Amino acid sequence: MTTTVLDEVKPTADRKARKAKKARPPQLPGTRGPRSTAVRTVKYVLLLFFLIIVLIPAYVLFVTSFKTGADISPDTAWSLPENWDTAGWERAWSTLSDSFWRTFGLVIPASLISAFLGSMNGFVLSRWRFRGADLVFTLILFGMFIPYQAVMIPLVEIMNTVGAERGIPSLIFIHVVYGLPICTLIFRNYYASVPTEVIESAKVDGAGMIRTYTSIVLPVSIPGFVVTIIWQFTSVWNDYLFAMFFSSAQNGPVTIGLNFLAAGQLQDYAASMAGALIASLPTLLVYIVLGRWFVGGLMAGSVKG
Amino acid sequence: MFTRIRSWGPPVLLIAPTLILLGIFVYGLIGAGVWTSLTDNVRGQTTGTVGLQNYENLFNDDTFVYSLRNVGMYTLAFVAGTLFFGFLWAWMLERGARGEGIFRTVYLFPMAVSFVASGVVWRWLLNSNTGESASGLNRLLDMVGLGFLQGQWWTHEGWGILAIAMPAIWQLSGYVMALFLAGFRGIPEELREAARVDGATEWQMYRHVIFPQLSPVALSAVIIIGHMSLKVFDLIMAVAGQTNHTTQVPGTQMWLKYTSGEWAEAAAIGTVLLLVVAVLIVPYLISTYRAERRR
Repeated sequence: MTTTVLDEVKPTADRKARKAKKARPPQLPGTRGPRSTAVRTVKYVLLLFFLIIVLIPAYVLFVTSFKTGADISPDTAWSLPENWDTAGWERAWSTLSDSFWRTFGLVIPASLISAFLGSMNGFVLSRWRFRGADLVFTLILFGMFIPYQAVMIPLVEIMNTVGAERGIPSLIFIHVVYGLPICTLIFRNYYASVPTEVIESAKVDGAGMIRTYTSIVLPVSIPGFVVTIIWQFTSVWNDYLFAMFFSSAQNGPVTIGLNFLAAGQLQDYAASMAGALIASLPTLLVYIVLGRWFVGGLMAGSVKG
Repeated sequence: MFTRIRSWGPPVLLIAPTLILLGIFVYGLIGAGVWTSLTDNVRGQTTGTVGLQNYENLFNDDTFVYSLRNVGMYTLAFVAGTLFFGFLWAWMLERGARGEGIFRTVYLFPMAVSFVASGVVWRWLLNSNTGESASGLNRLLDMVGLGFLQGQWWTHEGWGILAIAMPAIWQLSGYVMALFLAGFRGIPEELREAARVDGATEWQMYRHVIFPQLSPVALSAVIIIGHMSLKVFDLIMAVAGQTNHTTQVPGTQMWLKYTSGEWAEAAAIGTVLLLVVAVLIVPYLISTYRAERRR
């Protein structure tokens, strides 16, 4: 899917052209009749049906988070709250606020550092055809697919040996390392779309690789950075596996705090659901505000060249 | 000599940090993990190697074998479900529908949420109480007159794991849709025109011209969802908890072994997972590698 990422991050002129292309092509005679109207109706009914199905969990989260204890009984499970009560939200926030802010301290450095390293790698791998470059790239990609369980025990032992502090500092390091493959991939595909002439002209001017990178490539890399940082932001924010092994409810990110809140002995549904919404808020906001770029990162996950 | 350093030095300098880090933390640690799985490591304390004893223990352990069976069923359901819905949604949206943006945004939004957060609501939805005390989906089914469909969901010994696939499908169908949409839109308009000129009906055009073009996308989707599915951990921890028997998978087994101090067996589970994922990924990476070389 090399091209799909690029589609997402190409300049607007191209985007307009694509939009124009997307417009309904002229229909041939005979393809619009009562039959095609029926097909279209069925299509919209299905689309709406699935829309509702997909939104059901969101509805449950939202209404349950505003219910009081008595309201949560099975009889009223699916109805709106009798009176909208924010007590659940207050309980959730008092449990989660520390870990919520802590998670920003994790995702911001982790995504900036891995995006920067990814951009250097991507540049080298897209521009520098040395023998074995493809093999190096494939070996880097493999790191993206490994089940982290396979490296977890030795990783725990290494972290213990070097005495790394449990919690956010360890997790920043871990997410940078295991985020490198995907960041490299996104940038490599992005730089493959930067016109060669731009870079060649720098070479003619006598600029070396590092000068070319800092003065020519970095300034045009903003779209690549946006896609990469969003991708890393989302996956680090939502990580649970590494957080379980390298942090605790006292010093870990919000996913740990949330599971701690939701899996407690007393099933406090209102607070759990409010907590789930709080913990999802940053990534949902990113998705809503920067949706186009978000999809760009998703597409990069499918590597097929 | 000097010019060689000039041309090789800078790129190596730029890429070296990554190569060193991945060399150690991917390949080095995989090696160390395999080694650990051959020892009697308890909480980091090793007295010696034990050969394949840990693997033997695992495959004689009914719970572990059951967890392998579970993850297999889960993966089949997860891949089939996301492919089905992802493809259907993309197909309905590919020619542009009124309100397409809204449908696309809603179908894809679960992807932005963590499994832990969605697990909170799915645990409520998949509550296994029936009758008077039914809540969640069981209650909803009752309300719409489909009460006979009420189920035990993830508490069922044989099929429980399939209930966990429901939230997973809910969460990632939109992603597969996005992949297929990109695939549909990458097909040149001329192909459709040519088929129409040749007198193909709409359906024939899809069946014989468009769908075959999408098989690489389907393959990508199978690989991506498949490898994600084999390492499932978060969702089960959030919906059923770590000790629930009916939803054991290698991911949770590994965590349980780790917390109980049996690190050698935990490493062995990690290695088994790696081998299973490698069967899926390595052929894919090799074909990507070949494609790269042809560029």
